[in-house]
Amino acid sequence: MRRRISDNTLWFWVFVGPFAVGLALFTYVPLLWSVYLSFFDAHNTVSPTDFVGFDNYTAMLRDGAFTSSLGTFAVFSLFIVPATYALALALALMVNRTRRFQAFFRSVFFLPAACSYVVAALIWKLSIFNGVRFGLANTVLGWFGADQTAWLSTTHPPWYWLVIVTVRLWLQAGFYMILFLAGLQRISPRLYEAAAVDGARPGWQVFRHITFPQLRTTSVAVVLLLVINAFQAFDEFYNLLSDARGYPPYARPPLVYLYYTALGQGQNLGMGSAGAVILALIVAVVTVFQARWFGLGRKEAD
Amino acid sequence: MTISRRTLLGSGAALGLLTACGSNSGRGGGGSADGKVTLDHWYHQYGEAGTEAAVRRYAAGYDRAKVSVQWRPGAYDQQTAAALLTSSGPDVFEVNGPTLDQIQGGQVADLTALFDGVKDDFNPAVLAPKTYDGKIWGVPQVIDTQFLFYRKSLLAQANVQPPATLDQLVDAAKALTRDKVKGLFLGNDGGAGVLGGTPLYAAGLSLVGADGRAGFDDPAAARTLGKLHQLYADKSLLLGAPSDWSDPSAFVQGLTAMQWSGLWALPAVRKALGDDFGVLPFPKDGPNGKPSVPVGAYAAAVSTRSKHQAEAKAYVKWLWVEHTDFQEDFALSYGFHIPARLSLAKKAAKLREGAAADVVTYATDHGYAQPLLWTPTLQTAYQDALNRIIKDGASPDNELRAVVRKANDELQRVKKR
Repeated sequence: MRRRISDNTLWFWVFVGPFAVGLALFTYVPLLWSVYLSFFDAHNTVSPTDFVGFDNYTAMLRDGAFTSSLGTFAVFSLFIVPATYALALALALMVNRTRRFQAFFRSVFFLPAACSYVVAALIWKLSIFNGVRFGLANTVLGWFGADQTAWLSTTHPPWYWLVIVTVRLWLQAGFYMILFLAGLQRISPRLYEAAAVDGARPGWQVFRHITFPQLRTTSVAVVLLLVINAFQAFDEFYNLLSDARGYPPYARPPLVYLYYTALGQGQNLGMGSAGAVILALIVAVVTVFQARWFGLGRKEAD
Repeated sequence: MTISRRTLLGSGAALGLLTACGSNSGRGGGGSADGKVTLDHWYHQYGEAGTEAAVRRYAAGYDRAKVSVQWRPGAYDQQTAAALLTSSGPDVFEVNGPTLDQIQGGQVADLTALFDGVKDDFNPAVLAPKTYDGKIWGVPQVIDTQFLFYRKSLLAQANVQPPATLDQLVDAAKALTRDKVKGLFLGNDGGAGVLGGTPLYAAGLSLVGADGRAGFDDPAAARTLGKLHQLYADKSLLLGAPSDWSDPSAFVQGLTAMQWSGLWALPAVRKALGDDFGVLPFPKDGPNGKPSVPVGAYAAAVSTRSKHQAEAKAYVKWLWVEHTDFQEDFALSYGFHIPARLSLAKKAAKLREGAAADVVTYATDHGYAQPLLWTPTLQTAYQDALNRIIKDGASPDNELRAVVRKANDELQRVKKR
């Protein structure tokens, strides 16, 4: 018995050890180091000596570019969270009802999730939404006599949001569709049978009174994941809007701004770290409040 | 099949050894079997065919050390900035700088001694931003410059003269804008990124004044930048082109009648359009204005984290100071740049006729380099303001007032360090 425990412990560490070390080395140490750096004047150094207390935090919170980046996030999440939620749910309902080629449609809708954000952003930027007459969107609009539009350069109206939101919608709707599909398959058929016996009409009435309430836990998880993912938006923004000379001030989400502050030529690692800590705190607070609001983890019977 | 503990651990150790043998840290380890030190030399990826082979050939010819050239695509400035924080970075690296923070942070070595006897032969416009505290921190390799290309036939068709003032440029761009051709291409952001301080210099101002404060605290600055919004509001600007300002594709494909681009684009433009093009500096604006041409130079710098600083400096001197033939070859055999050495620029045959000769004249007479004190923080603040002025029609006065305030604070900060 003793030998068995010893073997189990060894195997545990053989398999878990490397990952635990990796996690500590590449996640927790940098995280703590970042918190440490945020209290120092750390221009071009990761081992600073000039302690500045909360100066980096106050400077970051007073920095109009940082606060406007939080506003950009808010606008982005207002677009992307409901849009992805609705599309993913619609796709899941559609695929779930399909009797033929179900696997085919699931694969087709899920496939974009396997595509790189960078590649998708470049296709959107260079082929579909470029601003000249041979861009796909402009070609189609040209058939109806519309002028060519510079989708990513026009701020009034802000067409760039259309490009940013559609690329992410295309990329992530399939993944959330799979989550909803799993949720739909957990709903007991007996509920639908009981509803039918009670005279509920198939379609909207059944969806409203049976399907949607039964998807509550899935919906909460999906919305939480969508909000956190929106906070972490970087790839498509960066690849759609940056050029060799920088990045426009509009549609600059927090991570892009922190990237330029800490990893751009500025190399202000103290300010960048302070911004990262502020952002992490905001994500944590929003997530906790959101979870409590939706009653995440509460028993169904409650 | 069962795997015993000994087999598993043995395999792990073997795997570890193999991994160690195959690891490439990007640094040669500092020595080689023949007793020579190994120097790592990083370059950013040039788009011009033959450039990489050329720098590898130069490096192979150095016999006092083994030089390992790394050709690094992607976000090169970010890569070097991060690598300089660690001991696994380069010994010698190409840099679009070095920046003031890199110099003040002690990340780059003083290379002043390498210029003994030849300092006056380096173009002073590009040597100035490499100089801080009386010392030189990078050896300029070649000079890049930007200017305005215009299509002669399209201007003739529209009965437009090549613009000599900013007002004329605004009018010309409007007159040249047709159904399928735009008048002017200043980049997909409308010029905020690439123009930078150029319009300010065209108005007779500067980014940083002689007194070390913001050099554009003047009503003329707002007036000039407001005219850039006029170009945008007139819909004279090409926006959203598949390739940006640095690539001449939009110009040679006929999407625009005029384009702001660089000297490197000249061979491609000449090949596509023959003689049907001309070049201009950014036109002057206002009574104190003068034509304006930005110049810049990538430089070779030595990392202070290098274990072989002395050897690295000797190599840089051999490569970019003593071997003028390498500099000329690098500047003119693959892409199109002006050698940083004045004597080479004067005698280079390819730069003595046509548009190339005009560009060399503009760069010599009207060239300005972005000051070393103009830090990335200021660059971002100014570029954001320019973006809002051009695209949103924001008040140039208000935007510039905020940038002036920020600039004076930041300039104060960097002077204190």
